[in-house]
Amino acid sequence: MQQVFCEFLRVFRAFLDAGRRDKDMSIGNKVIGLVLGLLLTGGQAQALTLDEMAALSAGDSDARIDTLHKQVVKADPALLGFLQALENDQVKLVNGKPVLLDDSGAAHDPLTNKPVTLPDDAEDVVNNNRMRGALDAAIASLQLRSADVAVRKAAVEVLRDAELDPAELDMISKAETRETNADIKDMLERIRSRLELSSPDSAVRIRAAQKLGESDRAEIKQLLADHLADGAEKDPQVISAVKVAMLNIENRIARYEVYGTLFSGISLGSVLLLAALGLAITYGLMGVINMAHGEMMMLGAYSTYLVQHAFQVWWPSMLGAYVIVAIPFAFAVTMLIGMALERLVIRHLYGRTLETLLATWGVSLILMQLVRSIFGAQNVLVENPSWLSGGLALSSTLVLPYNRIAIIVFAVLVLLLVWLLLVRTRLGLFVRAVTQNRRMASCVGVNTARVDMLAFGMGSGIAGLAGVALSQVGNVGPDLGTHYIVDSFMVVVLGGVGQLMGTVYSSLGLGMLNKLLEGYTGAVLAKIIVLALIIVVIQKRPQGLFALKGRSIDG
Amino acid sequence: MAETQVLTQPWRQPLLLRLLQGGSGKAYGVALLLVCVVVPVLNLLVPSGSVFHLSNYMVMLVGKILCYAMLALAMDLIWGYTGILSLGHGVFFALGGYAFGMYLMRQIGHDGVYHSDLPDFMVFLNWQDYPWYWKGTGSFLYALFLAVAAPGLLALVFGWFAFRSRIKGVYFSIITQAMTFAFMLLFFRNETGFGGNNGFTDFKRVLGIAITTPEMRMALFVLTGLTLLAMLAMAQYIVKSKFGRVLTAIRDAESRVMFSGYNPLHYKLAIWTLSAVMCGIAGALYVPQVGIINPGEMSPANSIEIAIWTAIGGRGTLLGPLLGAGIVNGAKSWFTQSFPEYWLYFLGLLFVLVTLYLPNGVLGLIRKAKGAKS
Repeated sequence: MQQVFCEFLRVFRAFLDAGRRDKDMSIGNKVIGLVLGLLLTGGQAQALTLDEMAALSAGDSDARIDTLHKQVVKADPALLGFLQALENDQVKLVNGKPVLLDDSGAAHDPLTNKPVTLPDDAEDVVNNNRMRGALDAAIASLQLRSADVAVRKAAVEVLRDAELDPAELDMISKAETRETNADIKDMLERIRSRLELSSPDSAVRIRAAQKLGESDRAEIKQLLADHLADGAEKDPQVISAVKVAMLNIENRIARYEVYGTLFSGISLGSVLLLAALGLAITYGLMGVINMAHGEMMMLGAYSTYLVQHAFQVWWPSMLGAYVIVAIPFAFAVTMLIGMALERLVIRHLYGRTLETLLATWGVSLILMQLVRSIFGAQNVLVENPSWLSGGLALSSTLVLPYNRIAIIVFAVLVLLLVWLLLVRTRLGLFVRAVTQNRRMASCVGVNTARVDMLAFGMGSGIAGLAGVALSQVGNVGPDLGTHYIVDSFMVVVLGGVGQLMGTVYSSLGLGMLNKLLEGYTGAVLAKIIVLALIIVVIQKRPQGLFALKGRSIDG
Repeated sequence: MAETQVLTQPWRQPLLLRLLQGGSGKAYGVALLLVCVVVPVLNLLVPSGSVFHLSNYMVMLVGKILCYAMLALAMDLIWGYTGILSLGHGVFFALGGYAFGMYLMRQIGHDGVYHSDLPDFMVFLNWQDYPWYWKGTGSFLYALFLAVAAPGLLALVFGWFAFRSRIKGVYFSIITQAMTFAFMLLFFRNETGFGGNNGFTDFKRVLGIAITTPEMRMALFVLTGLTLLAMLAMAQYIVKSKFGRVLTAIRDAESRVMFSGYNPLHYKLAIWTLSAVMCGIAGALYVPQVGIINPGEMSPANSIEIAIWTAIGGRGTLLGPLLGAGIVNGAKSWFTQSFPEYWLYFLGLLFVLVTLYLPNGVLGLIRKAKGAKS
């Protein structure tokens, strides 16, 4: 009787906890649950016997698993604790009788909970992988009764992947009826359908097949295929239902694959867009080839690293905000370096594009070596803040990482900013004026030297922003820029010079094409094919796909 | 974006070239003597204790630099004289190197780690037979032909498409860089049959003769020197010919050349292909001397470095590129031995300072100094 009382206390406490955690459980449900819990625990007060425990711990795996299934259906309240002890290797056998160990290693009698001394010849309980799988499934089945939604959810996820015994069908259905959380209920229904696929009633089998057809998992499709493969299924209606279900799953998987490819294409496109936007300004608008553009991105990424480091040292509690601070910091750093570069080198080379190319290449070598000298040749660690890690799960196979989503959003924002800057501000007006006719702009009082410097600084700053974004999805090392420089030039060249929208189209198009090809050819070959295609396209349309039409012969 | 270069007339006929024209025969004679007699004697006959002895390492280094000088000369023909900056010459060089490297791999015979008919890397990567492009590379002559034909053909096809649609200036530079990048990726792959990132190495013999003997090394060196001299003579002939004049005209005012009734396509294509073939030959001579070829040679950085060799020596001159290749690569081997971490700073500064302050290169500087004196 004391035991029953203790159990009551435990269940009651669990309900108080659940009330705190699970907001969608109404008071009424709680009361019903409480009564139900009491009935369940009180009604089966006869505890797990020592013999039953022994049968679970010793013998060959088949027999043990068999016993396990029977015990799980009986659902003795003491069973869960014992199984968890088994799972954690905290059960020893003394003359065939089980003895429990606690976390400190002290031995207890499993029934009376009194301390016992562990003799030297105590045997270990050996669980092979199959036994462990069965134990996990059994523990999960028992945990379906937990008052904690998170525990139930985890349990359901274990059961989804576990091999279940048909005897557990009844238990699963009960858990399903009891379940209040819609997600878990749905998953339980699917688990039940899996078991019901071998039901003698063909109507039940058809319904089970239909339910399983809602899945997006390749395992379920395999399960259905296996059901047909052994030839035991004779009912033509069931066979067709299973076939329809398989087709549904297949379509769903294919559809999610397409979504996945689209997403990674857009994601790559947004990275390319960020990398190329700065170039679109310096090359597209000003006609300056900046081979150090990739290194500006690299510096942006290292700025992010510095900001992260500062937060780790001074404000560890606000670490999550470091990315936000890194954005203006990286922009400022790279913009200043860019303006200095324009002042010191590029200014003297206007009109000599090939020389600019070589000089900026030299600058890129110096910057790379500088970073190597300061930070070392190894990659530095830039971690996603917690709010950017993880992802949005659209299906069991398709998870959209938050950092990728953030980059897409970021790219759109940066694009918007650049567009506003060029079209809506005085500086943008000057930049466009200088682009169209440098001399005329100068004549009407535009300080072209200053405009050049600011525009170049802006392009470099945007490269720095791209660096912040790249630091969130890839490695940050001294040669980060070299991986992107060819790609970003390709984007600008393909998009057409002097056209912001051309850059947008071509980065998205290239990103998408790359990812589509990757599915067939693998990443490296896809890249080679894309480069080859660009070369071919450029030959057909030397001024880029979206270039403005002009009359100048030397373009 | 027109490529306008302010190159004055006397600069196109610089001092050393005029020297060559005056005493052309004498200069070539001195160079021949150096390559064919002085270096072999100093290396093979002078005992190694003597101060005049030329070590094997030095011979290898100079041989290597001579190969680079061919690259710089090829770059000069296309960039210095025709105004087309190629960032893809490293590919042509590596293609020549790979073609001859495959011959050297097959010369290893059964002495490899696996003692098999196929080269080690192919056994290792599960190749059963040579792919079509390696068929026949066991023959010395065919391998030589391939070392010339592969880069030549690539340049011809690529150039035909590019020049036909009048791609020029930085556009051309950038798409050649994209080509370089694509080739590097391709050669890094294991399944493409080029040995992956290890490339070809561990060569044992050429034409059945062990490759490491001093005599063989010297023969390769002499061959390299002679080839370079031949290329120089050819380049001299070309730039003085009418063909060469048209090339220079294309550099300075392509539209005007077209309006005068010339079709720049043929001129550009011819010099571009020739330049690529020169690179292929340089590659084929480079590989047996250095003993390794890997896809790193195709990295865009290597190709762009060739341009700086040419620029530092003096574009649009014939001796400038040779001088530049010597200066930069001599400095490189000194730096990488003494201060490896400063080499990239030096190279980077070289790029910036030469383009800013030495548009005519070292030769231009010498000419200026001479001009000021007289």
